Amino acid sequence: MKPASFDYFDPESVEEVLDLLHQHGDEAKILAGGQSLGPLLNMRLSTPQIIVDINRVTDLEYYNSDDTGLKVGAMTRQSTLEDDNNLKNIQPLLAASIPYIGHRSIRNRGTVGGSVAHADPAAEWPAIMLTLDGTVLIRNSTSSRTVDASDFYLSALTTDLKSDEMLVEIQIPSWAKTSGWSFVEFSRRHGDFAVLGVATHLTIENRQCTKSRIAIIGGGPIPIRTRKAESMLTGETISDELLKEAAEQASKEIDPDSDMHASAEYRHHLASVLVSTALRKAADRADEQGGK
Amino acid sequence: MVQDTKHTSNKTRLVKLTVNGVAYERVVEPRLTLVDFIRGELGITGTHVGCEHGVCGACTVIFDGYPVRSCIMLAVQAHSHSVQTVESMSTGDQLHPIQQAFWENFGLQCGFCTPGFLLTVQDLLSRNPDPTDTEIREELSGNICRCTGYQSIIAAVKQAAIYMRKEE
Repeated sequence: MKPASFDYFDPESVEEVLDLLHQHGDEAKILAGGQSLGPLLNMRLSTPQIIVDINRVTDLEYYNSDDTGLKVGAMTRQSTLEDDNNLKNIQPLLAASIPYIGHRSIRNRGTVGGSVAHADPAAEWPAIMLTLDGTVLIRNSTSSRTVDASDFYLSALTTDLKSDEMLVEIQIPSWAKTSGWSFVEFSRRHGDFAVLGVATHLTIENRQCTKSRIAIIGGGPIPIRTRKAESMLTGETISDELLKEAAEQASKEIDPDSDMHASAEYRHHLASVLVSTALRKAADRADEQGGK
Repeated sequence: MVQDTKHTSNKTRLVKLTVNGVAYERVVEPRLTLVDFIRGELGITGTHVGCEHGVCGACTVIFDGYPVRSCIMLAVQAHSHSVQTVESMSTGDQLHPIQQAFWENFGLQCGFCTPGFLLTVQDLLSRNPDPTDTEIREELSGNICRCTGYQSIIAAVKQAAIYMRKEE
């Protein structure tokens, strides 16, 4: 198990990366943290002609937040965010989700941009982005554009990124005060790929749910926002019964496969249980923040 | 770009790095993994190659102070960086307290996974000097051992934590 040969470039600026992508397009593959691409190269499931290693592009290692929200540079390592004790005040759902990403040695190397762009259907970041209305900032050698996470994921391991483009930053809008959240995941061991996972975000004002987001990972080829279930909650007063009904609905909106870890039927069942748990927790947290 | 004619080629590269404090230089193909570089090119064989796709944790090394999996990194990525392997832990015949604790608690049988466990535990205890059983299990969930059933490893980590706290 060794990578097939490739030409290797390790530029130090975003401009150089974009020039290389412009020049080589489809033949080139960006190497960020390498925690997914590394195994694919070793197993020769991926055999790119050209590797553009962006680990020396230190300009993309940053994150900052203000009133409008949080911005994270694509090369920020997962463990950098994990080790910031203030993150839970800025973006509690994100802070709670990061420890679920692989293991510490994976998070030391793995990057935010890499995980968002790799679009693994069982990965945590895509669900976080969907639940928090995140956007991605994309550049090529001549222009830049912003895409909503909900338009970014197209099919298994496939995003809206073109071959000459690079994800340079992710953006998450600021957190409404009376919001509650929950991230629950079921896997056989901590750090394993999720059999199923749920991220939820509810905003409650004067007992009424003004915004609801439910995203499920491991429930299909792409991370899924269960929009029908969300709309059952928006504008309503939260009750146990309503949360349960929404969870039942959410479990119908996923399209899981059967594999060695679980059957599709089991994943449907797991979805209704986990969404129900997650919504209850999110609603309780919103109440604690004054949403009652 | 690093201003070095060898280094700017994209077929072979000069890799200059330090491993366990010693400087090395080799010219390698970019596709060579870091673990194969350390073992095959440098002949430092304490780091083990297990699954070769980032799952088992046997190849864990410390890269610029942080544990990483050296089977899914390229050797060229370590250019101008520093790496520490399990060989950095003991001093001559003197075992590191974590190694001592593994020995005393039967924290290994065949020993294949042990280098990865030792370095992972070293990092864990540097961040969390008194971890609970749950924290130990979570932190070690990325390292696979097929011999011990883990109980003795957990015991070893708890013992190691005591040794390390005494040392400070």
